[in-house]
Amino acid sequence: MMPASNIIPLFVALPLAGAFLLPLIGKKVKWAPDLTGGVFTLALMALSLVSVWVVNQNGTLVYSVGAWKPPIGIAMVLDGLTSFMLVTVNLVAFIIAVFSINYMEKYTSKWKFYSLFLLMLAGMNGVIITGDMFNLFVFLEIASVASYALVAFGTEKHELEAAFKYAIMSTVASLFVLLGIVFLYSYTSTLNMADMAQVLAAKGGGDITVMVTVLFVMGFGLKAALVPFHAWLPDAHPSAPAPISAMLSGVLIKSLGIYALCRILYNVIGMSAEISSILLVLGTLSMVIGVFLAIGQWDFKRLLAYHSISQIGYVVLGIGLATPLGILGGLFHLFNHSVFKSLLFLNSGAVEYSTGTRDLKEMGGLAEKMPVTGATSLIASMSIAGVPPFNGFWSKLIIIIAAVQAGRYGYALWAVIASVLTLASFMKVMKYAFFDRLKKKWDQVKEVPVFMKLAMSALALICVLGGLLLVGAVKTDFLSQAADALLEGTKYAAIVFKGIG
Amino acid sequence: MSREHEKGMSLIVKTITRLTVGIIFLYGVYIVTHGHLSPGGGFAGGVIIALSFIHLILAYGKEVAFKKLSEARASIWESTGAILFLSIALLGFTGGYFFLNFIPKGEPFRLFSAGIIPLCNIAISFKVGAGIFAIFVALILLKLDVGKKK
Amino acid sequence: MSIYFLCLVLFVIGIYCIVRKRNVIKMIIGVIILEYAVNLFFILAGYRVNGRAPIFSSGEEIKNMVDPLPQALVLTSIVIGLATTALLVGIAMRIYEKYGTFDITKIRELKG
Repeated sequence: MMPASNIIPLFVALPLAGAFLLPLIGKKVKWAPDLTGGVFTLALMALSLVSVWVVNQNGTLVYSVGAWKPPIGIAMVLDGLTSFMLVTVNLVAFIIAVFSINYMEKYTSKWKFYSLFLLMLAGMNGVIITGDMFNLFVFLEIASVASYALVAFGTEKHELEAAFKYAIMSTVASLFVLLGIVFLYSYTSTLNMADMAQVLAAKGGGDITVMVTVLFVMGFGLKAALVPFHAWLPDAHPSAPAPISAMLSGVLIKSLGIYALCRILYNVIGMSAEISSILLVLGTLSMVIGVFLAIGQWDFKRLLAYHSISQIGYVVLGIGLATPLGILGGLFHLFNHSVFKSLLFLNSGAVEYSTGTRDLKEMGGLAEKMPVTGATSLIASMSIAGVPPFNGFWSKLIIIIAAVQAGRYGYALWAVIASVLTLASFMKVMKYAFFDRLKKKWDQVKEVPVFMKLAMSALALICVLGGLLLVGAVKTDFLSQAADALLEGTKYAAIVFKGIG
Repeated sequence: MSREHEKGMSLIVKTITRLTVGIIFLYGVYIVTHGHLSPGGGFAGGVIIALSFIHLILAYGKEVAFKKLSEARASIWESTGAILFLSIALLGFTGGYFFLNFIPKGEPFRLFSAGIIPLCNIAISFKVGAGIFAIFVALILLKLDVGKKK
Repeated sequence: MSIYFLCLVLFVIGIYCIVRKRNVIKMIIGVIILEYAVNLFFILAGYRVNGRAPIFSSGEEIKNMVDPLPQALVLTSIVIGLATTALLVGIAMRIYEKYGTFDITKIRELKG
């Protein structure tokens, strides 16, 4: 019987196969791109749920590509944090793929869209499951280049300008990451993450480790849109087509930015008090500056993009606390943010599909004409603002309690202030876009087609049930495993080497 | 091929191109297939193969070059190369591991040795050669229509 | 040591081009120079004194080789750089078609 670890390379091989098949069959057969996109993402989502079960049964699994044992070969590692991120990414990707069956009718050449989408998904999955440093860089670049092309997909004026600025800044960030990898390789003479952790623990840190940490915080911080590296996000996310904005804001900045940063800072270099305070300061700055800049916005998607910066600040604050409760809260908020921010961007896409505008001052009272969009938008806004009993409330509560427990009262205060301001901002959005009186020109507006309604309702259901992830057995299987994998710190190396056998 | 005096470059360039394009293509194929014995491999050989077609475009103009390799065929070659590479990797599952070298390896330093490495090199050269040719054609054929400033 | 310092100078020149130049094409050339500097630094980090090229051939004794791993990784990195550059140039040409200029200070419609 084949060992269970054989499913690991499928996470990368399946979307790559889909992306390469589409140029051959997508031009001739009309319904091929939709079917391929939907089927492959459904298979990936099912595989990621299986992977959670597999990690529960067997512990950390290591897969040596090509039967070359690490540290000579490339290893793919499946532990608690990996399966958690895989579920987040693939679940949201499946729902967005279903949404874009209807939405992308307005653009030409749907097969190009699905091909690039599957390529970006392959890159993100690759970043999550790899255990080798340079492999991380290669998959990071695959996902990034696919996302530059997707932001510029409509080739209108604003999309091209935003894509160009995003591409230049993100390329410079990737080169900083590569420079960090070069320094680490020349200091430890190995590329495998577990081996590197062991060598760094034996040789001691020193100046090289400090410089590498700074380079990685700059590089991955720009991918994750932390302040002061956030300047590309308010231009890139509104200009992209709505499913791509949801994909970028929902999973790309988390998988490429936050996950890679945490994995390297916790498991390879090892957490210390200085790194913790850097993460705390950056997280708080992002939280506060993001929400202050978001209040004055009148463009729906630009407002959502600024709120992304703020919520990522919450995640980094939780993870930077380096206590078990803090990491649990940070990771839970990461999952929640993927769900409700994607839902909000899909809502704005639905509004744009029906009315053709993104300006809040022109909308009004759309809830009577578009009931599904209005209801899901209300659920998502209450989640992001932290209203009980939706999922955002629980994760923000855990982060604030963890901050108070660790004795950092100032950070907890800023978190509460940012939460109140988020609530105010979304009350404005709800009033102007959905409630209030219906304007005359929106009399002919209809509800969006069936796939878009299905996608939005699925995400809203997860928002409502999200609080249940903290209950009993589900918590130990899903969230606690992820938090424990980070808390192991540099003992990750011993676990990986035991798993190779 | 040398009758079109109106398009393309001068007669000297066209004659030399006619003589050397085949040699450049053959050199690229040599670098691809000997990738496991000497420096080179799929990517470098693929670039040289693409250069032979680009040489045709530069010397003769795009109609002649498109008779040899049109844009649609280039797209098919590219996808074929990628799918071939991925299926070689997935066939490693028969030996138990992704990307396993499952073909019997001969003695070192001979042409038919080293398992799947020459096959992977050939697949990569398809993709890279067709890809670079397609990038060149896309960049030079864009007709600009300036003056649409709003 | 002076070789690594020269790589750093090349890196800084690349960043200067991206930050200070106003033409879009010059910014792309800045990105290319930046990639070049990092790749060069990577290969130089693999140099061993009195090493020879890491290629086996039949019937020869190998005593001292430079590190072959950075050479393979830099090959991958060069390919990635090529793909990024091709995409950037494509976007830049479309920008010229829509905006009519290559000057980055005039391409400024997104604000706020």
